Amino acid sequence: MKKTGSQILLESLQLEGVDTIFGYPGGTVINIYDDLVDYQGIKHILTRHEQAAVHAADGYARATGKVGVAIATSGPGATNTVTGIATAYMDSIPMVIITGQVPTPLIGNDAFQEADMVGITRPVTKHNYLVKDIKDLARIIKQAFYIARTGRPGPVLIDLPKDVQIATTKFEYPDKVELRGYKPTYSGNIRQIEKAAKMVLAAKKPVIYVGGGATLSDCSEDLKKLAEVTQSPLTTTLMGMSSFPSRHPLSLGMLGMHGTYYANMAVTNCDLLVAIGARFDDRVTGKIATFAPHAKIIHVDIDPTSIKKNVRVDLPIVGDLRDVLQNMLKKLAEQGDAVESLVERTAPWRAEIDEWKKKHPLTYKKEKGVIKPQYVIEKIRELTNEDAIITTEVGQHQMWTAQFFEFAKPRTFLSSGGLGTMGYGLPAALGAQAAFPERQVIDISGDGSFQMNSQELATLVQYKLPVKIVILNNGYLGMVRQWQQLFFDRRYSQTPLELPIDFTKLAEAYGGTGFRAEKPEEVEAVIKKGLETAGPVIMEFRIAREENVLPMVPAGAGINEMVLAS
Amino acid sequence: MKHTISILVENEFGVLSRISGLFSGRGFNIESLSVAPTLDASISRMTIVTSGDEQILEQITKQLNKLIDTIKVIDFTGQDYVERDLAMVKVNAEDSTRAEVLRIADIFRSKVIDVTPRSYTLEVTGAPAKVDAIIELLRPMGIKEVVRTGPVVLGRGAKGWRSNE
Repeated sequence: MKKTGSQILLESLQLEGVDTIFGYPGGTVINIYDDLVDYQGIKHILTRHEQAAVHAADGYARATGKVGVAIATSGPGATNTVTGIATAYMDSIPMVIITGQVPTPLIGNDAFQEADMVGITRPVTKHNYLVKDIKDLARIIKQAFYIARTGRPGPVLIDLPKDVQIATTKFEYPDKVELRGYKPTYSGNIRQIEKAAKMVLAAKKPVIYVGGGATLSDCSEDLKKLAEVTQSPLTTTLMGMSSFPSRHPLSLGMLGMHGTYYANMAVTNCDLLVAIGARFDDRVTGKIATFAPHAKIIHVDIDPTSIKKNVRVDLPIVGDLRDVLQNMLKKLAEQGDAVESLVERTAPWRAEIDEWKKKHPLTYKKEKGVIKPQYVIEKIRELTNEDAIITTEVGQHQMWTAQFFEFAKPRTFLSSGGLGTMGYGLPAALGAQAAFPERQVIDISGDGSFQMNSQELATLVQYKLPVKIVILNNGYLGMVRQWQQLFFDRRYSQTPLELPIDFTKLAEAYGGTGFRAEKPEEVEAVIKKGLETAGPVIMEFRIAREENVLPMVPAGAGINEMVLAS
Repeated sequence: MKHTISILVENEFGVLSRISGLFSGRGFNIESLSVAPTLDASISRMTIVTSGDEQILEQITKQLNKLIDTIKVIDFTGQDYVERDLAMVKVNAEDSTRAEVLRIADIFRSKVIDVTPRSYTLEVTGAPAKVDAIIELLRPMGIKEVVRTGPVVLGRGAKGWRSNE
């Protein structure tokens, strides 16, 4: 029996195991939406903006590890997805985005709601397709899912013209993908791994530096073993945050621009840096010339382009992190005595780090009558369980969350690291909650970022997604204000958000619930009430207006040149 | 430093923009680019001349390899290869210079492929330096128009690209 293009799309999604999609209808996807009525196995969540649909699919993907799927119509619907796609691309998130397109005979005519999506998204997708012939559709969908989730994951866009959705053909979903130009390397070179094990065994001051790749390859257990067996201190990037328990004795927390004193000092003084699924981003390295100046560097990554892109590497290993780590652990296990002497030899190094930890722990000053944002974060941690999924927007609240919320389990911290997209956190929380209706999902936000996608409150209420939203309200675009304070003589150009918005009323307007705290003694009660209340809740905290994120490495400085909290 | 790279790609819609977009998006140079299908019509071969230090070239080849449509990247730096550039040169040929133009063409084993009472169009093939040289010699006669393909290269020896993996 022949099927239409839109039926083939929906059948294929089911065969790929997709049960939830996020999207927004329109003229060139109306056939897909019509057929969707007959496909009860696929739950569609209607967001209030296409950008939010893509962020929601992204949050869904980060929380579950599955491929997130979003759909939008042609033209403005499609261009609205671009920020979401770029966000996913920078953080290597597996996603498939379907956009409608004007009928093939009209392509290139500047037709109504036409935009060249393959052209526009080429630099922000892992790959993209324009489907010109219905006979190619099933193969392209199969390839898109395969490309999105294998190797270094990433978003793949399928631009699907309306006439191809209507055309019919016999539907056969391919079993296999054949792409002669795409063969990711999964097994690390065993001789390189042996060399790496030797370098680790010879180290005096080793540090493990972990990025988002650890989450993507689900290798938290192996990572923990490597750190524990070798007793190596471990620091993570923002993206690597929840892949290693923050409270582990070997944890150094985050490194880089707003990293801990001890993480940055450890990296600056180490003699071996084992980089695992990280890409030496400029926010991590600061001035390259003074980054880990005494260290030999081992770099494990599935993407060869990440290696030697920003820093010199002494030993590259291309492969899946889990494969490489497990083989490295095997090699180390064969050398029991050498491991023992490593642990003995590196004891003074750990003692040195403990001194740094004591000297400059992460801290903030409490002030009477003023709510400190860090205190709010600490209280949320106290009052939530370890399974809670935390999303953030971008700015000061994001850094305070990274610093003071101690993550215990993988895939519990969802944040836009690479692109730094304000407005990410709320829709991402929506997607995560759709994937895990029973878990606590909390968007920690600022008053600036929150307003970039606040319309999604409607989606939360409509689908009964009980996301809790924490707004750390300082009436500023706080991170930019902090830079203006420190580097531009306190000229607060366009950073005060002068209009005092009543966020609790906003929550009520959408059919949610709102609570506000203005004094420190109200904080705990508001969080408790907020978490206990059914449905979406906004908890607004009027915080110290000019609190800064510290430590801070000024742009262009070495990461050991930190401005510390006094 | 100049580098010549051959790229075997899927002969598909938009592949040229993926390659050229990669170069422009990452700030890499393209000095010349030529592309045409190979014997296997599903594969196109591009020859790109680019410049940059060793680290940049390593990134270029890695980034090219990362594209889904890229089947193989061959960097000819330090390898033995043959290289040809083709140019067509439309040059003034007044009474006083007609003989000189033909003499120069003859020295470079160049062919006259179009002729009018006031001009010759010459075809010249060779390594880029040879093409540069004839253009320099013809310049005083008054060149009206030049078109060059940019170099194409093949590795020396009996092996084809499929076998040198």
